[in-house]
Amino acid sequence: MLIDFFYTLRKRKVPVTFTEWMTLMEALAKGQINDLDEFYFVARAILVKSEAYFDHYDVAFQGYFKGVETVEEITQQILDWLKDPIARRNLNLEQLAKYNNMTLEELIKQLEQRIKEQKEAHDGGGKWIGRGGTSPFGHSGYNSAGIRIGGPGGGGHAVKIAEERRFRNYRNDLTLDVRQIRLALKGLRQLTRVGVQDELDIDQTIDHTAKNVGEIELVWRRRRKNAVKLLLLMDIGGSMDPFIRTCSQLFTAAHSSTHFKDFRYYYFHNCIYGSVYKDMERMETVSTEYILSTLEPDYKTIIVGDANMAPWELLDRDGAIYYYQNNDIPGIEWLKRISQHFTHTIWLNPDDQPLYRSSTVAMIGKIFPMYRLTIDGLDKGVKKLVVKR
Amino acid sequence: MPAKNGGFDQFKGSSDYVTSEELRKAVNVSIALGRPLLIRGEPGTGKTMLAHSIAKGLGKKLIVWNIKSTTKAQEGLYVYDTVQRLNDSRFKDKDVSDIKQYIKLGKLGQAFSAPEQVVLLIDEVDKADIEFPNDLLNEIDEMSFYIPETNETISARNRPVTIITSNAEKELPDAFLRRCIFHFIEFPTPQLMEQIVEVHFPNLRNTLLKEAMKAFYALREIDDFRKKPSTSELVDWIRVLIASETPADSISKELPFTGALLKKEVDQDYFVNNYLIRKGDSYTLRKPLY
Repeated sequence: MLIDFFYTLRKRKVPVTFTEWMTLMEALAKGQINDLDEFYFVARAILVKSEAYFDHYDVAFQGYFKGVETVEEITQQILDWLKDPIARRNLNLEQLAKYNNMTLEELIKQLEQRIKEQKEAHDGGGKWIGRGGTSPFGHSGYNSAGIRIGGPGGGGHAVKIAEERRFRNYRNDLTLDVRQIRLALKGLRQLTRVGVQDELDIDQTIDHTAKNVGEIELVWRRRRKNAVKLLLLMDIGGSMDPFIRTCSQLFTAAHSSTHFKDFRYYYFHNCIYGSVYKDMERMETVSTEYILSTLEPDYKTIIVGDANMAPWELLDRDGAIYYYQNNDIPGIEWLKRISQHFTHTIWLNPDDQPLYRSSTVAMIGKIFPMYRLTIDGLDKGVKKLVVKR
Repeated sequence: MPAKNGGFDQFKGSSDYVTSEELRKAVNVSIALGRPLLIRGEPGTGKTMLAHSIAKGLGKKLIVWNIKSTTKAQEGLYVYDTVQRLNDSRFKDKDVSDIKQYIKLGKLGQAFSAPEQVVLLIDEVDKADIEFPNDLLNEIDEMSFYIPETNETISARNRPVTIITSNAEKELPDAFLRRCIFHFIEFPTPQLMEQIVEVHFPNLRNTLLKEAMKAFYALREIDDFRKKPSTSELVDWIRVLIASETPADSISKELPFTGALLKKEVDQDYFVNNYLIRKGDSYTLRKPLY
């Protein structure tokens, strides 16, 4: 049953829906697929909407089609499936309701008609027209002497492509919820009027026109644009390793949001001391003092970290876990300076242990409003970042 | 809708654009099913060029809708020019009760109302607001929209061949994606790249091409760049190499005109500092790249 391929894909976590599956059936019915190679590409184009899932698709494809030689077997399977009411009952009702029954029947009718035409054409001694793309189901098993388009070699090719798994590097299980985070970050906006006056102010226009005894006077104003500037400080110390996934989602979302006026980001280890890092790999440093003196206080600041460390790392001079980071000012002092400098700062904690578990979490929680790094917590934090003071 | 007997158009590529077979297949499936084709890939791999090539290959008119961060879905349908109408109402030379003359169709509207099937390119759809694609779902499904001001429905006489390009990853709403055919343009293999370069420069000296290609792929191996050079940069670079009559053997020694390949200042700085040595006025490579 070809429908099993659908379920294989879903089992492989490819987010494919029934609507898309029916689109594939439509493509088959319209003669867009003539051999297994084409099936591989067309099914992928219709069912998989991100290169991140191409590898999942490849795995599912080779698992399902290994051993299947020609398109005849597939098409016969589709026909069986379409005709078999029991198989159709396997779909849940909701899915069926979404896709109206007419289409299914039309499909069957179309398939049958196509096959009939095909048979007649062949009986008449005419040339096989399967390759031309006009005959949807090719030589669908009705004619055992039919030419195997693509042939076994061709069929094996698609499986071979799948086996190569060229898209392994594109696999990215991390970005699934970036959209959700972006939507939450959209709440971060403060609209101010900037730029040229190119928006018609209807109220003022009516007002002025009325005062002008009906002589029209157009009043223009500036458009509203988001004035929010965002500063993101992320902990990439060892204790954050379990949360790398969530943190990189947040980063991707913030980075790809186009609506901020400015977006800066820095990394730190465990706690913020005299300097932070510009990037994760090269460990280029920037002094925290420099950030505080160059960024205006109206930068909305989000600090991400588990806030979980040994008390001396937070409270003591030279408490930094890395010996080279000699800090004569304790971490907590730097955190206080940050909170005093920026008017709006929140701390997002990805750790799903109860908040205020350890003493350092409690201490940092007194300096910054702390929220869980979940969609819910992010929503609340974003609200906190835009309240007027 | 019954399948037309070979009636749909077949895209076979055009002389100035090299396509892979799977891309041609994706284009043809999208045309046959009347669904938009969503194209994604690294910047500079020819996403926008594809639409131009399809229009040329099928002999159809191309309508381009360039999306910006401020673009609203409504603008693609129509704009009602109230200001003009208000202004005209002061003078008696135009019939302001005829709203129709103040309705200006947007790019989508133009594509729908065109007498013949057109190719519609919605370029860089991810640049717009995050809700933008959702606002167009119905119009793309039904290929029609309603103008309340004139009580008119604009519906497509011929479903336009719709190509949508996007740079971003997993940004588009699922409901939108479900309606699209998807194709990911992979970075071209050296063989395909040679074909692409040949299309642009038919009379290129073979030695120059070989050296340029080697240097180009070696540069792409360096992971430290923010933006790796891609097809369009290679084509630009070769154009510069030809115009400056650079001898082929100097490519491997000096790697001249990297400005055409590395577009970001940080990348350029990084490359100059880490890979080049200054000798008088000129730079040479510290060690061969390949």
